[in-house]
Amino acid sequence: MSAAVEVPEKLVGKPIKRREDPRLITGAGNFLDDVRLPGMAHMAVLRSPYGHANIRGIDTSRAKAMPGVVGVFTGEDLKDVNPLPCAWQAGKVQNNVNTPRVLALGKVTHVGDPVAVVVADSRYQAEDALAAIEVDYEELPAVVDAELATRDGAPQLHENAPHNVVMQWSCGKEAAEVDAALAAADVRVSERIRNQRLIANAMEPRGSVGRYDAGTGEYTLWATSQAPHVHRLLTAAFVLGVPEQKIRVIAPDVGGGFGSKIFLYFDMPLVLWLSKATGRPVKFFEDRSENYLHTAQGRDHITDVEIGATKDGKITALKVKTYANLGGYLSTVAPGIPTTLYGRMVAGCYKIPNIHVDVTGVYTNTAMVDAYRGAGRPEAAYLVERVCDLVADATGVDPADVRRRNFIQPGDFPYDTGIGMLPYDSGNYEPALDRALEMVGYQDLLKEQAKRRADGSGKLIGIGLSSYVEVCGIAPSKWIGLPGEGWGAGLWESANVRVHLTGKVVVTTGSLPHGQGHETTFAQLVADELGVPYDDVQIEHSDTLGTPFGFGTYGSRSLTVGGTAIYKSVAKVREKAKQLAAHLLEASPDDIVFEGGKAYVKGSPDAVKTIQDLALAAHVGYDLPEGMEPTLEATTFYDPPNCTFPFGTHVCVVEVDRETGQLEVVRYVAVDDVGNVVNPLIVDGQLHGGIAQGLAQALYEGAVYNEIGELVTGTLNEYAIPKASMVPVYELDRTVTPSPVNPMGAKGAGEAGTIAATPAVANAVIDAVSHLGVKNIDMPLTPERVWRAMHNA
Amino acid sequence: MANTVTAPAKVAVQMTVNGTEYSAEVEPRLLLVHFLRDNLGLTGTHVGCDTSQCGACVVDVNGASVKSCTVLAVQADGAEVTTIEGVAKDGEYDPVQRGFWEMHGLQCGYCTPGMIMSARALLRRNPNPSEDEIRHGLEGNLCRCTGYQNIVRAVTYAAGEINGTGGAESVAAWEQRVAGQAS
Repeated sequence: MSAAVEVPEKLVGKPIKRREDPRLITGAGNFLDDVRLPGMAHMAVLRSPYGHANIRGIDTSRAKAMPGVVGVFTGEDLKDVNPLPCAWQAGKVQNNVNTPRVLALGKVTHVGDPVAVVVADSRYQAEDALAAIEVDYEELPAVVDAELATRDGAPQLHENAPHNVVMQWSCGKEAAEVDAALAAADVRVSERIRNQRLIANAMEPRGSVGRYDAGTGEYTLWATSQAPHVHRLLTAAFVLGVPEQKIRVIAPDVGGGFGSKIFLYFDMPLVLWLSKATGRPVKFFEDRSENYLHTAQGRDHITDVEIGATKDGKITALKVKTYANLGGYLSTVAPGIPTTLYGRMVAGCYKIPNIHVDVTGVYTNTAMVDAYRGAGRPEAAYLVERVCDLVADATGVDPADVRRRNFIQPGDFPYDTGIGMLPYDSGNYEPALDRALEMVGYQDLLKEQAKRRADGSGKLIGIGLSSYVEVCGIAPSKWIGLPGEGWGAGLWESANVRVHLTGKVVVTTGSLPHGQGHETTFAQLVADELGVPYDDVQIEHSDTLGTPFGFGTYGSRSLTVGGTAIYKSVAKVREKAKQLAAHLLEASPDDIVFEGGKAYVKGSPDAVKTIQDLALAAHVGYDLPEGMEPTLEATTFYDPPNCTFPFGTHVCVVEVDRETGQLEVVRYVAVDDVGNVVNPLIVDGQLHGGIAQGLAQALYEGAVYNEIGELVTGTLNEYAIPKASMVPVYELDRTVTPSPVNPMGAKGAGEAGTIAATPAVANAVIDAVSHLGVKNIDMPLTPERVWRAMHNA
Repeated sequence: MANTVTAPAKVAVQMTVNGTEYSAEVEPRLLLVHFLRDNLGLTGTHVGCDTSQCGACVVDVNGASVKSCTVLAVQADGAEVTTIEGVAKDGEYDPVQRGFWEMHGLQCGYCTPGMIMSARALLRRNPNPSEDEIRHGLEGNLCRCTGYQNIVRAVTYAAGEINGTGGAESVAAWEQRVAGQAS
C-alpha cells in the first residue's frame, strides 16, 4: 500500500556529505588557537627537565622584570588551589590517590611536569621569560618501567603508595580454580605480551583560554575539550571552589582528541585563576613538544599470560597478570582503563570457561596514562587475539578454526563472559569471519604461503586474523557509577529538541564532535524522525551555556547514548504534536496518524496539519487542548540499560623480506558489524582512521623513555605517526546485527578499527616468520625486530 | 672589551596575501605563520607541531608550497602568498576543496588547510598522479583522523576535475583498479 501522504525520502543510511566541511575546507573553522579576545595575554609553561626531583626553590625575579611580562607564578602561588581530581577510582584506589597539582609544589614526577608559568603580552615574550626563571632541583633516582617500579628498592614516587602501587585489582574466577584448569589442560602455553605506550597525537595540540569578568564574577573557559560539562564541574567544584554556575565552558572546533581531550588538565583551572589574578584574558596553547611531555598517553601494559587449551584448539583457561603503567600521577579516569575496560574484556568474542585477571596499576616517572582510542579494549583484544594464534601454533589448528571453535554462538546472546562485564548485547561472529576470509582469499593465500616457504621463492607471506568485540556506550549509571569500582557518577546523555515557531528545529546535545560529524548524523536522524527538511535542523553542542548537562564524547557513545536521547526527545515532540493535531482536527489522538512530518485523521489524509503548522499553533498558544503547555519541545536524559558490543574480523596480509626483515602490508580487509548505520560515509571514515592508528601501533609507534625519565621519542621526528605512504588501502565490508539496546540498533564505530587492527597486523607479521619458530615479537614490529626474531628463533 | 651590536627591533615587511597588499613592522624572529594568523587574522593556517613535520601550516609563497612555521615573515618580504582563505574564488570552491568535501577527506579538519594547499601544489606539478604519487606527494602533511584513504580519493577526485576526466569517474576508476589488484 502506498503512503497516504507524501513522505520525504529517508536520510538515515545514506552517505550524506558533511555539513561541517564548508567551514573546515575554507579555513573558516574556529579552533582554540583562533580564539582572540581584547587584552588577551599569553601563558607559557616552565616544565621539569627531570624525571624525578625535589624542588628546593624557584627564583622568578629576573623573569618578572622581562619585557611584556604580566606575571610569573609557581606552585607556591597556587597552594590553596586543590589538586586535580581522579574521577574513576577503580580498584578501590583511596589512600594512595596522587593527582597533579595545577603547578608542581615541592616535587616533580616526570619530565614535562609544569613547574611555573609566565603570563606576558605575547607568546614570544612569555617564552623568552621562561629562560630567566631559575629552579633549584634536587634530582632523585627515577623509574619508568611499571614492573621494575614495584620491586624492592625501586625509587618511590609518592609516600602513600608503597612499591608505587596504585591498585591491585582482579576479576574472574579465583586464581586457584584457574590454576587447576591450567594444570588439567592438554596444551599449555605461556607468553609475555607487551602493549607499548602510545601518544594520541591529535593534530591540534591542547589549549585553553580563560576569561574572568570582574563585573559579574563569571568565568568563561574555552578548551580543547571532549567533555565541556564535566570540565566545568571538575574545574569549579573540585579544583577552584568556584560555584559551578559561575563558569561557562566552550569547546570550539576541536582538532581531534582520541581520548586525550577527555581529561582535566592543569591549564583549564589555571587560565581562569590567572585571568582573575591578572585582570586579563589568558591563552595557553601547547606546542607539540609539550603535548608529548604532558598530555595523557595510552596503553603501556606488560602482561604475562598462561593459556590452557584442548588439542583441538578450544581455550579452557586464561590466567592474566598485567602491570599497567599509569605515569607520575593519576589522570582523570586512569584507573578505570586497565580494570573495567581491559580486565573485563579479555575474553574477547570467545567462550572461555576459566579466566582470572590480575592488574597492578603502577606509578612511574613518566607522563600520565589514561584513555587513548579504544582505552583498555585494544589491550584486551591484542592479548586474546595473540592468545588465539599462540593456541593455533601450539595445536596445529588453523588460526581461523581456533577462533571459530571458541566463538560465542548467535543463540548465546545476551552473553555473560563471567568476568564482570555486562552481558554482550547481540552478536553473530562467524559471518564476519567468513566474509573477511572470502574477501582476502584465505585458502589461496595459505597455499601461496606454504609454497613460498617450501621453495624459498619470493618474500615470506604472513596472514593475520583479528576477531574482536568491544564495548561502547558505557552504561548504565547504576553499573558504571558504583563507587569503588565505577567512577562514582552516571554516564547518561542529554538532548533537547525544540521546534521553533517558524518550524525550524534546534537540537542541543551533551555529546560533541572532534571530527565525527555529529552535526550531520544527528540532523539526518532528526529529519527522518520528525519529518522536517534536513536543512531546517540545527545541532547545537559544545557550550555549557544553552545545553543541558551531558558527559561528552568518548567510548563510541555519541550515537548510541547521545543519539538515543535525541531520538527519544523527537518521539516526545511527535507525541505532543499528535495531541495538538487531534485537538485542531477535532479527533481523538488515537485516530491521528503522524508520518513524514504530517498529522491527519486516519482515513482523511486530505486534511493535514504539518509539523510546522503545529509548531506555530503550539507557540502562539491561543488554541491548545485543556492543560497543554505552550511550545513544542522535549528533553531527555537517557541512561541506557546496557552497553553495546560491536564486533568483526580484520585480516591483514604482509610480505616480509627474508634477508632484511623489511615488511609491507599488501592487503587489509575489515568486516565490521557496528549494528545499523546512520551515515556510511562517516562510519567508513571512522573505521579507516581507526585502522590506521591500530596498524601504526603494530608497525611504527611507541613512546620510549630512557632510564632517567627522558622521553626519547619527544617529537614527530622520533615518534612515527604514519604518513600517507605508510598505510595500505583498506577494503571494507559490513555485516549488520542490530543492537537491541537502543531503538536505532546502533553499536558504535569510533574505536572498532583501532581495536581490531593492532592484533591483525601483528599476527600477520609473526605468522610470516612463525615457521622459523617465532612465537611472539614485541611491537612496534620494526624490520630490525623482525630480523632479530628470524635469526634468534 | 666586547663589541656592542644592535639588531633592529622591528623590520619592515611587505607582502601580497590572497591578492591584498600588506605592509607591517615586525620582529625579525616572527614566523610567517604567526604573521598570517596574528597580524593578518588569517587563522585558517594552523600550527600542529614545532618541528616542521605536520604540514598543518602549509601555504603558497610565490607559487611554491612552504611550511609557514619554518619561514620567517621577513623571508617572505615582497612575496605573493596564498593561504587557505584565498583558495575559493568568488564563493566557488577549488577542485581540491570539492574533492575533500565530496570524498569525506577530512574529519576534525585541523590538518585540512595544509593538506589542501599541499594537494594543490602536487596537482600543479602533476595533474594526473597515481595513487603512489599522491601518497608520496603528501608525505609532508600528517593526518591523524582519516587514515589517508579518503584523502587519496579526494585528490583523485580533484585531479579528475582538473584534467577533465571527471571527479567521481576518476575515483570510481581508482576503486576498480584497487578491487582488481585485490582479487
